[in-house]
Amino acid sequence: MNIHEYQAKEILRAHGVPVPEGYMCTSSACSRETARRLGDGPWVVKAQIHAGGRGKGGGVKLVRVADEVRDVARDMLGMTLVTHQTGPEGKVVKRVLVEKGCNIARELYVSLLVDRKTSKVTLMASTEGGMDIEEVAAKTPEKIFFEQIDPLIGLAPFQGRNVAFSLGLGGKLVNKAVKLFEGLYQTFIDCDCSLVEVNPLVVTAEGDLLALDAKMGFDDNALYRQRAVSDMRDYDEEDPHEVEASQHDLSYISLDGNIGCMVNGAGLAMATMDIIKHYGGNPANFLDVGGGATIERVTEAFKLILSDDKVKGIFVNIFGGIMKCDIIATGIVEAAKQVSLQVPLIVRLEGTNVAKGKEILAASGLDITVADGMADGAGKIVKAVSA
Amino acid sequence: MSILVNKETRVITQGITGSTGLFHAKAAREYGTLMVGGVTPGKGGTEIEGFPVFDTVRDAVRQTGANASVIFVPPPFAADAIMEAVDAGIEVVCCITEGVPVLDMIKVKQFMEGKKTRLIGPNCPGIITPGECKIGIMPGYIHKAGPVGVVSRSGTLTYEAVWQLTCMGIGQTTCIGIGGDPVNGTSHLDVLRMFQEDPKTEAVIMIGEIGGTAEEEAAYFAKAHMTKPVAAFIAGITAPKGKRMGHAGAIISGGKGTAAEKISVLEECGVAVAASPADMAAALMRIYKP
Repeated sequence: MNIHEYQAKEILRAHGVPVPEGYMCTSSACSRETARRLGDGPWVVKAQIHAGGRGKGGGVKLVRVADEVRDVARDMLGMTLVTHQTGPEGKVVKRVLVEKGCNIARELYVSLLVDRKTSKVTLMASTEGGMDIEEVAAKTPEKIFFEQIDPLIGLAPFQGRNVAFSLGLGGKLVNKAVKLFEGLYQTFIDCDCSLVEVNPLVVTAEGDLLALDAKMGFDDNALYRQRAVSDMRDYDEEDPHEVEASQHDLSYISLDGNIGCMVNGAGLAMATMDIIKHYGGNPANFLDVGGGATIERVTEAFKLILSDDKVKGIFVNIFGGIMKCDIIATGIVEAAKQVSLQVPLIVRLEGTNVAKGKEILAASGLDITVADGMADGAGKIVKAVSA
Repeated sequence: MSILVNKETRVITQGITGSTGLFHAKAAREYGTLMVGGVTPGKGGTEIEGFPVFDTVRDAVRQTGANASVIFVPPPFAADAIMEAVDAGIEVVCCITEGVPVLDMIKVKQFMEGKKTRLIGPNCPGIITPGECKIGIMPGYIHKAGPVGVVSRSGTLTYEAVWQLTCMGIGQTTCIGIGGDPVNGTSHLDVLRMFQEDPKTEAVIMIGEIGGTAEEEAAYFAKAHMTKPVAAFIAGITAPKGKRMGHAGAIISGGKGTAAEKISVLEECGVAVAASPADMAAALMRIYKP
């Protein structure tokens, strides 16, 4: 799960991390009023969407005249912002963050994430703030510094100093940086984050550190104990099909193709997309119905797949382990009847009670093609949708 | 021979009085696994479906001689259950539970430093040595004893590979699902090392997916240290960046962990990569004659 920049900054502020003073607004009047409250300019108006690269798309504006804050906010609210992370369709801006500007002397980068290799939270920092960190990693990896954090000790002060000195900070800034890193780490732990990223972290002309931007992601598995974080979820920022799916305990991701997929197991679901591609087709979705699929869930899954207008055919790929094929087959028949299926349906069943399952499909009177194996099924569905 | 578990392995179920735990404990017993009891705090001294129930893993070990455990407790309590098993000296702990918070697993890994326990999972189907010992949720009948080792992050893809082998008349030494989470107990590399050391394993199928670099590390190990043929399949060549594909660990983040990257390293290291998930066993047969 992700949250907006203004929400991330609220969390960081509560953990003692210095962030610019600012407030979220949903109207131009509020934006003007906020600028007044913040005192002297300049001000920065920032579009709040769950995607990076906002500056290049016109989603971040520096304003020097208070009345112009209103105009800039008015233009920004409701606009469709397209960045390299939103896809060509872009995202509609519904909120802006109005902040006090600052005098930037240097721009740095700092983030925390889980390093899978060491199974530890890692503090990562770079002198190249404001840039795409992937690009820095590819071109100048020597400008990125790491500290692995012991989960029982936490971020030790010496580790913070290592990073601060590596970043070329000196004097009072060193201790300020150590304190800031500790605040970021505490945020990561307290909120079950998967990512905390401050890019840029700026050194101001006045000699302070300030988290000028903030991005946070959270471990979905831990949301049950992160009520305050869960409440920050903004459904407007998510694919409506994916939101619908999550309400039925289905794991679903929208894709661009025209072949709907229904599979049990995440690995097999991914592999099913791959094999469709291998045979020259294009999957419309990733969909894992899970191991304990019931008739109701199978029905919901069908409805979800068919709610996507692009879908011209459906491939069901089930390896029945604990789940018996006859139960899955009954579910498919029920669901196909309920949703009055109009597109070709290819079903591949394997595993427990497979013969019984195939009989049920054959006897249903529905137009269902049974496939022998995954390859046969993929070949058949690709042919069916291109016919 | 096999790795980690065999017909002498004595298994307890943590969370045996839950419906899932009990269901799979019975299925494992029917398969022939030595299921010696279970643990549910507060229900010690009772019995369920012929399994003695204990309050603690320590009690269960003392009274049944258990040396393996399978965990079915809900996600908020799974990390604690793993640590309890580790503390009681269990040799192989298999955590089936899906949805364990990453920070919990980071603590578990630290707790396990220097201890002898081998943790498999979490979020995995388990481990099976065909005909001897089944610990987990995989359907037993698709397996057949034989010379090929199978290791995978995904449950259903493991079944797929196993079934392809079995249909060709080729059996398996041991099949392990290591789980789809970003922080887990056993890696592909760990399993390859065990298969290399196991005299009965002649060849290996390794199934990976997008996210992380565990498959690449395993590939470099295979190139440097393995004398046995290895075939592989990587799921997610069509997966979009930045989206979590069902498994918590199956995500391309920061441009890292793509299937294309993994496949290129695997091929470079002499691993036979299956182009399609329907050809995993066939890919192995290109480089291995049983």
